[in-house]
Amino acid sequence: MTTVSSLPPRQGRNVELSLLLLAVGIVVIAYLNVGLATQGSFPPGLLAHGTGLLVISLAFHMLLRWKASFADPLLLPIVTLLNGLGLVMIHRLDIAKGNDIAEGLALKQLTWSALAVAIAAGVLVALRDHRALRRYTFTAAAVGFGLLILPLVPGLGRQVYGSRIWIGLGPFSFQPGEIAKIALAVFFAGYLVQTRDVLSLAGRKVLGLTLPRARDLGPILVAWAASLGVLIFEKDLGSSLLFFGLFVAMLYVATERRSWIAIGLILFSGGAYLAFLLFGHVQQRVMLWLDTFSPAALAISDQLARGLMGMANGGLLGTGLGRGRPDLTYFAESDFIIPSFGEEIGLFGLFGLLMLYVLLVERGMRTALGVRDGFGKLLAAGLSFSLALQCFVVVGGVTRVIPLTGLTMPFLSYGGSSLLANWSLVALLLRISDHARRPLPEAGAEPDRGGQATEVVRVR
Amino acid sequence: MNAPIRRLSAVVALLFMTLLVSSTWIQFVQAKELQERPDNRRTLLATYARERGQILVDGTPVARSVPSNDELKWLRTYPQGELYSHVTGYYSFIYGPGGGLESAENALLSGQSDKLFYRRVSDMLTGHKQAGASLELTIDPKAQAAASQAMQGQRGAVVALDPTTGAILAMVSNPGYDPEVLTSHDSKKVEKAWNSLNSDPTRPLVNRAIGGNLYPPGSVFKIVTAAEALASGKYTEESVLPGPATLDLPQTSADLPNSNGLPCGPDNKVTLKRALEISCNTAFGWLGMELGAEAFQAQSAKFGIGDSLQIPMRVTPSSVPKQLNDPQLAQSAIGQYDVRVTPLQVAMISAAVANNGVVMSPYLVESVLSADLDTIDEAEPSQMSQAVDAEQASALTRMMEAVVETGTGKAAQIDGVSVAGKTGTAQHAVGKPPHAWFTGFAPADDPQVAVAVVVEDGGNAGSEAAGGRVAAPIAKAVMEAVIGR
Repeated sequence: MTTVSSLPPRQGRNVELSLLLLAVGIVVIAYLNVGLATQGSFPPGLLAHGTGLLVISLAFHMLLRWKASFADPLLLPIVTLLNGLGLVMIHRLDIAKGNDIAEGLALKQLTWSALAVAIAAGVLVALRDHRALRRYTFTAAAVGFGLLILPLVPGLGRQVYGSRIWIGLGPFSFQPGEIAKIALAVFFAGYLVQTRDVLSLAGRKVLGLTLPRARDLGPILVAWAASLGVLIFEKDLGSSLLFFGLFVAMLYVATERRSWIAIGLILFSGGAYLAFLLFGHVQQRVMLWLDTFSPAALAISDQLARGLMGMANGGLLGTGLGRGRPDLTYFAESDFIIPSFGEEIGLFGLFGLLMLYVLLVERGMRTALGVRDGFGKLLAAGLSFSLALQCFVVVGGVTRVIPLTGLTMPFLSYGGSSLLANWSLVALLLRISDHARRPLPEAGAEPDRGGQATEVVRVR
Repeated sequence: MNAPIRRLSAVVALLFMTLLVSSTWIQFVQAKELQERPDNRRTLLATYARERGQILVDGTPVARSVPSNDELKWLRTYPQGELYSHVTGYYSFIYGPGGGLESAENALLSGQSDKLFYRRVSDMLTGHKQAGASLELTIDPKAQAAASQAMQGQRGAVVALDPTTGAILAMVSNPGYDPEVLTSHDSKKVEKAWNSLNSDPTRPLVNRAIGGNLYPPGSVFKIVTAAEALASGKYTEESVLPGPATLDLPQTSADLPNSNGLPCGPDNKVTLKRALEISCNTAFGWLGMELGAEAFQAQSAKFGIGDSLQIPMRVTPSSVPKQLNDPQLAQSAIGQYDVRVTPLQVAMISAAVANNGVVMSPYLVESVLSADLDTIDEAEPSQMSQAVDAEQASALTRMMEAVVETGTGKAAQIDGVSVAGKTGTAQHAVGKPPHAWFTGFAPADDPQVAVAVVVEDGGNAGSEAAGGRVAAPIAKAVMEAVIGR
């Protein structure tokens, strides 16, 4: 019998509270900075806006104390900071465009943020155990794929700068892909946790890789076809890469088989190359990516070029918030918010921002390691990886690692659908991490549970 | 499932590592290159945010920035309009700095030059308003105005130099343009003006004094051939040369005739001095062949032909052909065939004769001033080369004086002042009137100004043109303006 060291389980709620105060403090200072730089005075709404942000985040914090007291203490401060900094940048761009605060985008974004936090709170309250989601595996599949093809519905879908990943309902427009991301992660987790044995055991070894049987290739081929469909019909490499990458990553986690990654990479590069050969819009994107400053590319779009010049203008230390010209780039508040930050807070500031995302994702991965059920592991890993992949697609697009796509930076970019989806995603991660970190009930009282294989499942 | 999750975390780290590298690449490695791109609007706006330095002539601005109420903050104005267009150039927010000092000294005017580094730092520390440096020019406003007025309605160029220093006293290229049409902040208007200036067949944006299509010098180049003859030691100004009505050229059926079809003197003989005075083609053609190609090329080089100059605008190097057979040499010796010069170079030839044979480097900027008009930098005259020795220079001066007193250049005479000069009438295309040239200096005994004038296609005189008739009066007007008559 092993001796179990009896460290008291740590909730970390007080750590969370102090980090949250720090995050709100940084946002308030950034806001003050913008006001001083652009108008030379204290922003009149400083107190009200700062207090508003503080109240919202503290309310969520109190909810965590009540409903998920063992949740990871880093997640909430990080997303609060990112959301707040995004608000500051959007407000700063409003000023540059001469928009009044009442009619600017910042107020809308703030409203969306409040709504997103409310919905995230709702998710936390309603979903007391993430395993309940497993029951909705195929519902999630229907919802996910349905949302994915929604922009293709005539009359509903909107083509925005070449990509068809938006839907419009009256005055509202929405990127359904953001919500689909979560639904598909739930579906993949539920589906893979059922089929993982078959997918991971059968097969034969070739060149050190255990290849799956031909009939087990079905699911990955379906996912591949779906992602190619997104690439071809919705003309968006980013979404396509995001969904297929998410599936392959979760498949790998479920089966522990590297051959799936190899197959996935081959399928994706093959598909992408095929699309490049067949479709003019893909070739155009590739030219914009590789030859950004050629006259032919500039004649089509100088957006990427402007973003790059903005980042170059920032250099190492940046111009300072409110002192650069991020407004010279189109979509500076959404797709190109990273160049906006790069210009005003410099390379070092950008490193800081990216590190926040790394921290967020790796806390999610840590949750996946800690949680005890397979579904939870897959879901947490999948959700976290989707965040990482989305950051890669967006930042990689504006820094010329990959062709530019129409995705938005989670939490930072202007956009209601993005905020709603990503706050809900974080609510799910918080819920799973609460499970992961919560001590087993009465574990010490059990005499011998027959080794580690037995798990005590709390009923109810 | 924990092992693949850990590996997936490593993949995430790798993805973000890529992003750190790519952003470093843009914001650190490539930053300077991206910022210096001409289409970088941020850089442009940043340079407009700082007050650009003035360009001053005798203390009066000919280019200055005045506050404007739009995004660009400063509007560039040129109070003298066309008069200084080729000196100042333009500073357009669409097309950037161009044309003259605005482009050549952009770093100083915009305040970004390394020379201004310490001043920038001290301005920053003392809270001084940041501004570009101003330039005080060597131009004599009276000479500039006289040159411009005399050129009115004719295409061509005038350059006047101070022979002892190389300072440029006047530089006019006709036609000019109003720089303000290019510096307006109304981009539609600017684009329209730009297109019409660029499509204008008279090419008003080209500074003919220092660039453009180079001119054949015609007979003004006989000064170089005469200098070559004196420098050889075989000839003096009184040496007698053959001067028939036409010179038979070897290896070809072509002849080299005198322009009036007459011999240059009795018995087809003429002295070197008289040959220059009446611009005798046959004597100089013969002389060129006698002295040889190498001596001709060497003497040309001593006057600065072939050198790249920056005044600080780049001057297109003048040239004599590298390969010359005898007939070509005879043609080149009278400034035809493939000899090509800028008016500035021709002025430098006269200036060298005036300055005891010493060629001075020409320059346009007398001093660089800080925003509060402290002198930061001052021009120092420098010698470029010794074209001829002092004795040969005074012989050439006497010969050129004779040109104005009794020869082809009488139209350049000034009452009470001895003027030295040489006319030229350069054939350049079949069926087109010749270019009219005059170059010279005054006063001959105490030179204060050396000048070169070219009038394209004979100017108002057309096919009747000759350097003495068309170009000499213009040179006279400029010289008078400088010496105050």
